[in-house]
Amino acid sequence: MGELNNELLQQHLTGKFGDQIKLEGEPYGLLTVETSRDNIIELLTYLKKDAALQFIYLTDITAIQYPEQENSIGVIYHLHSLRYNVRIRVKVFLPEGDVRTPTATVLWNGANWMERETYDYFGVNFEGHPNLVRILNVDDMTVFPMRKEYPLEDPNRVDKKDFYFGR
Amino acid sequence: MSDVQIVNAPPGVEGSGFFATSLDKAIGLARSHSLWPLPFATSCCGIEFMATMGSHYDLSRFGAERLSFSPRQADLLMVMGTISKKMAPVLRQVYLQMAEPRWVMAVGACASSGGIFDTYSVLQGIDEVIPVDVYVPGCPPRPEAIIDGFMNIQKLVQTESLRRRDTPEYQELLAKYGIQ
Repeated sequence: MGELNNELLQQHLTGKFGDQIKLEGEPYGLLTVETSRDNIIELLTYLKKDAALQFIYLTDITAIQYPEQENSIGVIYHLHSLRYNVRIRVKVFLPEGDVRTPTATVLWNGANWMERETYDYFGVNFEGHPNLVRILNVDDMTVFPMRKEYPLEDPNRVDKKDFYFGR
Repeated sequence: MSDVQIVNAPPGVEGSGFFATSLDKAIGLARSHSLWPLPFATSCCGIEFMATMGSHYDLSRFGAERLSFSPRQADLLMVMGTISKKMAPVLRQVYLQMAEPRWVMAVGACASSGGIFDTYSVLQGIDEVIPVDVYVPGCPPRPEAIIDGFMNIQKLVQTESLRRRDTPEYQELLAKYGIQ
């Protein structure tokens, strides 16, 4: 077993997946790849199970929104190879009208609450998740608060206007 | 002469060997100097309240010696700190479990109005779920401010008629909050 670095990792991935993944570069030394929801589970399985990679630790699942993009909502996976001490970031961008992606709970049980949180804040539907309900916000909330379609403040409020405070 | 100050008698008729006053004034006097608070402290204002309870500011001077951490026998609900929307039903339940007569004091900007947390997850003032008697401004309020709020509650308690909570206005207020 040799060592693993970003260059080798890149070769592994392009050799296995070819043009199904898109390399995004290495900001701050963190190799970032983008893929589609059809390939994400296959990619994660490969990263986790392959003996030369062993990304066995799922650091985080979260999401991001770039409203100007066509596929505006991105689900982001951070993985860490405890064996080789290398990290990788995987992104899957989804169209806003159809925000669904397969669940990673088939690989990591720890993905359970991370996906619940991502659903809670961004409304990403993880298909096949055993219990996809809100985890942090009140159950009767109807919005996904981290999406960039809401103003930061409720425009109908007048009780916190500056002139009440002499500003 | 000792420095001990004694509460003045309520207004009434005094003569040699007797003193007559109305029942609600006597009851108000007794109640206002033995208020038992239920501290509902969730954040920094709660720490400020601990200072108020300490020996320097000594809230016990007001007869508030027994802090009740249960709604049983508590008269005054002191809400101190940010109340999130998830906490609102809990706060409401605590209020409902208190027996009449009960008073509510919102301590600090968060409990009064949501404060700086103008957010989807924070209740913008506890008066959205329970009726409030006294608001204490400040972020966090100093112990003096909390004591001032407490003394304002005492004034309310002293002047409250025994029948106020049976009045249609009070029933209407509670009905607005969906409390029967």
